Amino acid sequence: MATMTMIQALNSAMDVMMERDPNVLVMGEDVGYFGGVFRVTEGLQKKYGLTRCFDTPIAEGGIVATAIGMGAYGIRPVVEIQFADYIFPAYDQLVSEAARIRYRSGGEFWCPITVRSPYGGGIFGGQTHSQSPEAIFAHVSGLKTVIPSNPYDAKGLLIASIEDDDPVIFLEPKRLYNGPFNGHHEEAVVPWSQHPMSEVPEDHYVVPLGKAKIVREGGDVTVLAYGTMVHVALAAVAESGIDGEVIDLRTIVPVDIEAIVASVKKTGRCVIVHEATRTAGFGAELSALVQENCFYHLEAPIERVTGYDTPYPHAFEWEYFVGPARVIAALERVMED
Amino acid sequence: MGHMIRNEPSLSLHIPQPKCRPGDRVDFSTLDLPAAGEARRPDVDTHPDEMHDMAYGLIRVLDDEGRAVGPWDPKLDGQTLRKGLRNMLLTRIFDDRMYRAQRQGKTSFYMKCTGEEAISCAQSLVLHHDDMCFPTYRQQGMLISRGYPIVDMMNQIYNNARDPLKGHQLPILYSARDYGFFTISGNLGTQFPQAVGWAMASAYKGDSRIASAYIGDGSTATMDFHHALTFAAVYRAPVLLNIVNNQWAISSFQGIAGGEATTFAARAIGYGLPALRVDGNDFLAVHAATEWAAERARSNRGATVIEFYTYRVAGHSTSDDPSKYRPADEAEKWPLGDPIERLKQHLIVRGEWSQEDHQALEAELDAEVRAAAKEAESIGTLGKSMPSPKAIFEHVFKEPDWRHIRQRQEAGI
Ligand SMILES: Cc1ncc(C[n+]2csc(CCOP(=O)(O)OP(=O)(O)O)c2C)c(N)n1
Ligand SMILES: [Mg+2]
Repeated sequence: MATMTMIQALNSAMDVMMERDPNVLVMGEDVGYFGGVFRVTEGLQKKYGLTRCFDTPIAEGGIVATAIGMGAYGIRPVVEIQFADYIFPAYDQLVSEAARIRYRSGGEFWCPITVRSPYGGGIFGGQTHSQSPEAIFAHVSGLKTVIPSNPYDAKGLLIASIEDDDPVIFLEPKRLYNGPFNGHHEEAVVPWSQHPMSEVPEDHYVVPLGKAKIVREGGDVTVLAYGTMVHVALAAVAESGIDGEVIDLRTIVPVDIEAIVASVKKTGRCVIVHEATRTAGFGAELSALVQENCFYHLEAPIERVTGYDTPYPHAFEWEYFVGPARVIAALERVMED
Repeated sequence: MGHMIRNEPSLSLHIPQPKCRPGDRVDFSTLDLPAAGEARRPDVDTHPDEMHDMAYGLIRVLDDEGRAVGPWDPKLDGQTLRKGLRNMLLTRIFDDRMYRAQRQGKTSFYMKCTGEEAISCAQSLVLHHDDMCFPTYRQQGMLISRGYPIVDMMNQIYNNARDPLKGHQLPILYSARDYGFFTISGNLGTQFPQAVGWAMASAYKGDSRIASAYIGDGSTATMDFHHALTFAAVYRAPVLLNIVNNQWAISSFQGIAGGEATTFAARAIGYGLPALRVDGNDFLAVHAATEWAAERARSNRGATVIEFYTYRVAGHSTSDDPSKYRPADEAEKWPLGDPIERLKQHLIVRGEWSQEDHQALEAELDAEVRAAAKEAESIGTLGKSMPSPKAIFEHVFKEPDWRHIRQRQEAGI
């Protein structure tokens, strides 16, 4: 075991996989010599050579398209899109191609690619370094979407994603790269080393895709979250005095329906938290699933706490970012009923 | 899959590599730099097929002694040149001040254009006030040259109560419609084909306005770059397609964008567009090439691709540390010098400027920037003063819909 930040854990996942499998390679803007703008690929080029970890032209569509071609040959490319806000030029290749190649070829071709990308707010990144676009991938059949919330899961989930034979969108909450963050921006920054999930095995292990984790057991209300919002939800539950059961979804496609249903049937209440804008956000899907599967167990309307339906405004980072106060208010509302 | 065994060499994957990394001796000796005055000046109505050579040469006017030589000398008077010098110097002093402000925690982010000032400052002397520029984040010189108040640039950088963009945008991603300066996007490349569309609209309306678009060497890899060249060629749009090749895209040298194989200007050839390749640190060359392309656009001959060959002296942004990926003294050794020093030397050689004049100008501009900073900071720096939070919900659409109204109420704003 070692103590790792999320950056180190992700780096370790790629390192382990490159060591084990010569078909794993890493490419993306600035990932080679420099090691990526967030240093997630640091040292990989030096260790594995130029052709196993290299810089790409600034063409996200080109990065994903060539990864698809490599995948068809039998390579397992792990590509980095520098910020999720810049993934849209690759959207056609992901939606029309990566997601459908297995289906349209009757299983003749497939696409074992992993698309890593930092996402989310809390870093004063403005409109183009803060977005949470998970729902527009979740909406596409044929793409898996994974979002870790801590170093241990990040490594295990990334290894599982690389080993998966289908395309995986792997969104990394960049506010969590160097430490957990519960939304209390006015408090001192906490390093990962003070968090139990920073204990990470140095070698190979897997956190399976599609399995959620109960990060706090409780009887009053189920709180569904992923990424940075797991930490915000935990803080909100602790501060509210309400006995919330916090579930870290870890994978939103495929989502762990069993874990969600079991918890909501137990608590009878549900609050969903995400950073992304509200309209047609992944919370809408979760809300529908809970309603379809747990209607007769619900004692209060399902609440969603989400980003506002606007672009991410730079000056108003903390007015916009979903913090514990908004989650506590939602917890209190569902407990009133 | 059964592989046939053939007697052929095994293939290998080529990964471009820059010549020097940190710790290496900087070596620009292999750069092919034609002498000042060498490039020919084709007539403005030359068919693109008859000027392919221009995509591989380099238009340079200022020689090593600071004299203007050759057919591209724009023959500008001293007053115009002093204006250009002033704008370049103001841009640099502004950059230095705002860079320091970021370091002091007064804002979250800043980007300098050090070494690239001639491009935007010379171009803005050629373009008309009602022509539209579609800039990247490194054309602050254009805004400054066009007389936009620097205090408002600072208000934007500080996102304070007087921020013209109401706190919506990352520092330096300005927008100034009245100054012919299109809203800057954080998403690379997008502005390039938009400029073509703007130019097509001007042509459609029978107006005389032209557009000028900018893109970095790295961003020529975006699909938008290719959309721009295709549409500009097809519709003969009155637009200048400027590539600012400053050798670097964050940590990636220009070879990663395809600069190893050919020049960026040469991209134009496949589209049937004329191309010019220009020393971007030579104020006179930039001015002359821009005049050529603008005249061509205004006379219905369509778009020109211009590669400005320059060097990104500063880090990519305040989030970057270039010493991690290139030799620390690479900028100093750039063989095409510094645009401000070169224009200054030229004016001195002409007898229209002196070291004392220069120092006085520096002091004057320093005071101007200082006063503007004082004014902006008296309103407030990032987080100390803010536009009204109501702005969060404004300008999503022309009118807010029920969600924005409801969400604003829920937020208690
Ligand atoms: C579509 C997109 N991809 C990636 C980025 C991240 N990024 C910002 S600037 C930059 C480098 C741009 O280099 P270049 O085009 O040469 O312009 P320069 O910074 O040198 O002026 C990158 C990769 C982005 N902003 N947009
Ligand atoms: Mg560049």
